[in-house]
Amino acid sequence: MRRYYSTLLVSLLVLIPAVHAQDGAFRFPMPEFESGYHHPEQVFPGADLTNPRVDVLVLAVVLALSAWFVLRRRNRRELLALTVFSLVYFGFWRQGCVCSVGSLQNIAASLVDPTFPVPWVVLLFFLLPLIAALFFGRVFCAAACPLGAIQELFTLWPLQLPRPLDRVLRLFPYLYLGLALLSVFLDSGFLICAYDPFIGFFRQGGSFNMLLAGALLLTAGIFIGRPYCRYLCPYGVLLSWMSTFSKWHLRIPEKACIQCKLCEEACPYGAIDFPVTEAAPLTRHAGARQLMLFTVLTPLVILLCAWIGMMSHVYLARIHSDIRLTERILAEERGEVEGMTIESEAFRSGNTTIPALLESAGKIQEQYKRGSAWLGAFMGLVIMVMIIRLSLVRHRVDYEANKTHCVSCARCFAYCPVEEEAGCVTQ
Amino acid sequence: MSQVNRRDFLRVAAVAVGSGVALKASQPGAEATVWQIDPALCVQCGRCATNCVINPSAVKCVHSYPICGYCDLCGAYLQPAAKTRDTGAESQLCPMAAIQRTHIEGVYYQYTIDEELCVGCGKCVKGCAMFGNGSLYLQVKRDLCVNCNDCAIARECPSGAMHRVPLSESYLLKTDPPPEAQG
Repeated sequence: MRRYYSTLLVSLLVLIPAVHAQDGAFRFPMPEFESGYHHPEQVFPGADLTNPRVDVLVLAVVLALSAWFVLRRRNRRELLALTVFSLVYFGFWRQGCVCSVGSLQNIAASLVDPTFPVPWVVLLFFLLPLIAALFFGRVFCAAACPLGAIQELFTLWPLQLPRPLDRVLRLFPYLYLGLALLSVFLDSGFLICAYDPFIGFFRQGGSFNMLLAGALLLTAGIFIGRPYCRYLCPYGVLLSWMSTFSKWHLRIPEKACIQCKLCEEACPYGAIDFPVTEAAPLTRHAGARQLMLFTVLTPLVILLCAWIGMMSHVYLARIHSDIRLTERILAEERGEVEGMTIESEAFRSGNTTIPALLESAGKIQEQYKRGSAWLGAFMGLVIMVMIIRLSLVRHRVDYEANKTHCVSCARCFAYCPVEEEAGCVTQ
Repeated sequence: MSQVNRRDFLRVAAVAVGSGVALKASQPGAEATVWQIDPALCVQCGRCATNCVINPSAVKCVHSYPICGYCDLCGAYLQPAAKTRDTGAESQLCPMAAIQRTHIEGVYYQYTIDEELCVGCGKCVKGCAMFGNGSLYLQVKRDLCVNCNDCAIARECPSGAMHRVPLSESYLLKTDPPPEAQG
């Protein structure tokens, strides 16, 4: 017995330094197996995705077909079939990723972050629709975009929104674009992806809020044609800029327009300009003076909007997760809230101190102050350009598709009695 | 052909600007990135299981055999209040019963993760980090991950453990001693 205890003591004495030496190792060292056991090899498989070249090829073919159906065939039924294909392929099969709408964030991120290059697939998804818009109009919106496709199929009983309301709502995509870019530039995440309303349907799963937003937009879309495309889509802004200068944009009547107004009634997206034949509302002199006034006002409006933007930076900065964390931690420190969130718990178990967090939050807020001012200035410019464009009255004889807003859905052809193939010509 | 009008000029200008941005953005020679979890930062909050866009999550528990202590009383396998050390469902910590326990010799057992069943909740990872060597950790399986633009887990990760790494640096493996055990 005595011998046993002495052995134990000796082994303990030996063990104590051993334990100290093993401080850098594990609590329970790997046993030395007598049965010749070898642990299984770990397998770490590489990516197993659809070849992205296929996606780019499909996108290019769909864009080309869409342009052909709209401009040459002038056939809505074929275009609709292509829309359904895009919805199934880019939406449900590829689960809505990578999409052109989100790709603009990758481009923006790679411009500010040298460690985040844009894969060429994403680059092509960004550029191909824009190049297509530069020549054929927004054929991407017509049949290639899965977000547009799902809304196109839900446009069942479209109502015409009053023109002024439509034009004011069309400012929101600019705001969304500005916010998304601000968020990317200040390292706060990809807003367009986070708030994609339809991705939940494509993936057949998602947070409740995401599915609810999607369902609400689709329901609204039954009566208001393509609400996301018209009043939110940030990529649509870039497409509309390109489309404004498009070379071969669709024209409604191939021959002489008979002013039947059917196309304007048929367009659910408020994208048809009606004829302006009466004399201009202002004399040439008064018009020039009005334009001069707007031009002088522009810098003032830009400054005012920049100031409003700067004032709102406190709210905008909450896009950044560190700001939200800082506010939570401060509230906990002041005893305003009970308990801890997962975020604050993770922060407190980490090595960062509260002063360090406050310092970094201060820097982020400073960046947001500047960024929000730029965002405000951008919105001021957008508003003034819209006002100036609305104030310029162009003489127009026929009904024409508005190159900026038209998404080339081809409904106007289907209703145009001048079209050769239309069977409903009565006179 | 003979004269360039304003619109054509604008078109050419747009293409030129676009190509410039494209060239700047593509950063020739830069490497593609993939999403990976830094095991040293992970706090096992459980959001990997619920936030991934694919269901079940592309995040799975990975077992580093060289770190494992092959314990009989395994903090990752057994419920803290388990009455017996057996494979009964009431004893298991894993809600999916995704950990298989096989006897090797003496008091040593091998634990294997069944990836088909694992949902990446990280309960076992927490148990192993608390009571064991920390040989279990969560990692994004690249064959399952669709490499989203904006990883929905990274957006909600409380410790910033999910981040982009260059393709050649994946996987982020755990082969070193856990930080808790270091001096």
